[in-house]
Amino acid sequence: MFYREAGEFKTSYVDDNQTFPIRFDRYRYYFVLFAAFLVIPFAVNDYWVNAVFMPFLIYSIAAIGLNILVGYCGQVSLGTGGFMAVGAYACYKLMTAMPEVNIFFHVLMAGGITAMVGMAFGLPSLRIKGFYLAVATLAAQFFLVWLFNKVPWFYNYSASGQISAPERTVFGIAVTGANTSAWASYMFCLVFVFICGILARNLTRGTQGRKWMAIRDMDIAAEIIGVDPLKSKLSAFAVSSFFIGVSGALFFSVYLGAVEVGEAFGITKSFLVLFMVIIGGLGSIFGSFAGAAFLVLLPVLLKNVLVGMLGWPTDLAAHLEFMIVGAMIIIFLIAEPHGLAQLWRVAKEKLRLWPFPH
Amino acid sequence: MPTQLLFGTEVLLNGLMAGVLYALVALGFVLIYKASGIFNYAQGVMALFAALTLVGFMDGQVPFSHLINAVLGTDIHHFGWHINGFVSIILTMGMMIVLAYCVQRFVFRHLIGQEPIILFMATIGLAYFMEGFGDLMWGSDIKKLDVGLPQGGSFWIEENTQWLGFGNENFFGFFIDKLDIVATVIAAILVIVLVLFSQYTKQGRAMRAVADDHQAALSVGVSLNFIWVMVWSVAGFVALVAGIMWGAKSGVQFSLSLIALKALPVLMLGGFTSIPGAIVGGLIIGVGEKLFEFTVGPLVGGATENWFAYVLALLFLVFRPQGLFGEKIIERV
Repeated sequence: MFYREAGEFKTSYVDDNQTFPIRFDRYRYYFVLFAAFLVIPFAVNDYWVNAVFMPFLIYSIAAIGLNILVGYCGQVSLGTGGFMAVGAYACYKLMTAMPEVNIFFHVLMAGGITAMVGMAFGLPSLRIKGFYLAVATLAAQFFLVWLFNKVPWFYNYSASGQISAPERTVFGIAVTGANTSAWASYMFCLVFVFICGILARNLTRGTQGRKWMAIRDMDIAAEIIGVDPLKSKLSAFAVSSFFIGVSGALFFSVYLGAVEVGEAFGITKSFLVLFMVIIGGLGSIFGSFAGAAFLVLLPVLLKNVLVGMLGWPTDLAAHLEFMIVGAMIIIFLIAEPHGLAQLWRVAKEKLRLWPFPH
Repeated sequence: MPTQLLFGTEVLLNGLMAGVLYALVALGFVLIYKASGIFNYAQGVMALFAALTLVGFMDGQVPFSHLINAVLGTDIHHFGWHINGFVSIILTMGMMIVLAYCVQRFVFRHLIGQEPIILFMATIGLAYFMEGFGDLMWGSDIKKLDVGLPQGGSFWIEENTQWLGFGNENFFGFFIDKLDIVATVIAAILVIVLVLFSQYTKQGRAMRAVADDHQAALSVGVSLNFIWVMVWSVAGFVALVAGIMWGAKSGVQFSLSLIALKALPVLMLGGFTSIPGAIVGGLIIGVGEKLFEFTVGPLVGGATENWFAYVLALLFLVFRPQGLFGEKIIERV
């Protein structure tokens, strides 16, 4: 009823190749964009932006990046936190070294630098596979965090060892620093999410995405039919790290403002993003958003219910949060290994036939 | 002997001892991986959980007291008794067996036939759950674990190695923690017991059969469910031993669960399927990171122990992807 292709006549290849070929889906997409760009910025306050929207948007980018690597190319990585740190520190160095350039380009360049670092750490993936690779990426995680802790050049020799974002503006409106209004930082992140979402969606459904998926499904077979594993794996690492770098840069400059590397980009961050990808659904861009939303909202919800309504101590709520997140992951893996994205697909199938059963 | 070399030797000895502790954690991984193909990330948290439970039993803590106090508004903490260390260890072991059964019954029974990576993710979920559960049950404050193991530097070794310095006034003999020596001895006993168990008992043979081929084992009448519960229990026991050692060394706290991460490079180096590999890998990593910290550490600002193990394992794997003792990886299309 709601979600069906009946009555839609596609007369050109462009029609056929649309991202959302079904009209209902397309309108939904436009509606979400409309709400995100034109409604939410006028309706939000500080709490909503800082507690919900910004973490959601920034983690979405990271989850899309990791999903490209894990979900599309099948290379499990536990180095996300380290790569986010690269993005953050690259952004910081660029912001302080070239204050005259717009921060928009700093963030993009930070992504580019992270892509290069990611490729370097992706090189072993040509020899090492599966679990071994997952553990090997831990080397990236721990080494990078250590590096940013120990080499003072990265934090401009500041006494505290922290990096803090100076004030930067876009079109005369502050997006980083203390004087930023909530809607400005929200919009700044949203633009990046929008760009990254479109980029990722089109990369993964094109030639490159198919190559990645061939590598994921069986790398030797893929090599035999002419997919170059070197190029595919490294490009997956590069693209993935680019997204993760952008999210790290935003996480530092727009969201937190000041960062201590071990605290903000530790191994827990790697796991958090990995969980988002698993709960959302491996190999799905929508799933990355869904997973990020789920894991950002869950603690906020739990905290509001347990601490706010029941008046329990915060540490108790934190322990319960651990338990619930762990249990959710297990339940998801048992009930729906393909995550929230698969639930969404099932729902769409149902909607297509509704109100008839078949 | 030059002082530098003597200090180097001391670092080497201490590295060996630390390596034994890494190997102890890695051993638990290998057992489960061999028997069920599950790469159990939760091993470190199991060690933490075992240590927390042990301390809880010994001090007579009321489980979930924090939760009960928050819900009912009461103020209870302890039962007021203290249980002997040995009895507590037995009780904790019972707890680990119950845990093994629950893990098998509620998690992995539903995941049979899934891809290894899904199983791995499930153990990460399990690790999170158990971490929250352990903290909820026993509280998250740092606890002191004292089951009567000797601690502190061994004077005997210090006095009897002082002559090596040949009158050098900077050298006072090797400093070796008694606890490390005990840990080494216990680890050695544990390995011998495990080897004997898997070679000479009926259950041990069944375990090896399952490790070799699930379906063949099933067809000759080995109960997979029982074996898996047993393997998780054995891994729980190894975790308990590791938890006691690390807990006695640095207190029972959250960071205990992070030793699982240190055990990963050990496994990679030694190969996932090999018990000797876990031990040799542990020793190499232990010695390697201590020596690296001793020689190169001061040049680059120290704290290299955080990453050295991983980078070493990474470099090693590039040349030998299956680890030192792992089975050769054969890939077919």
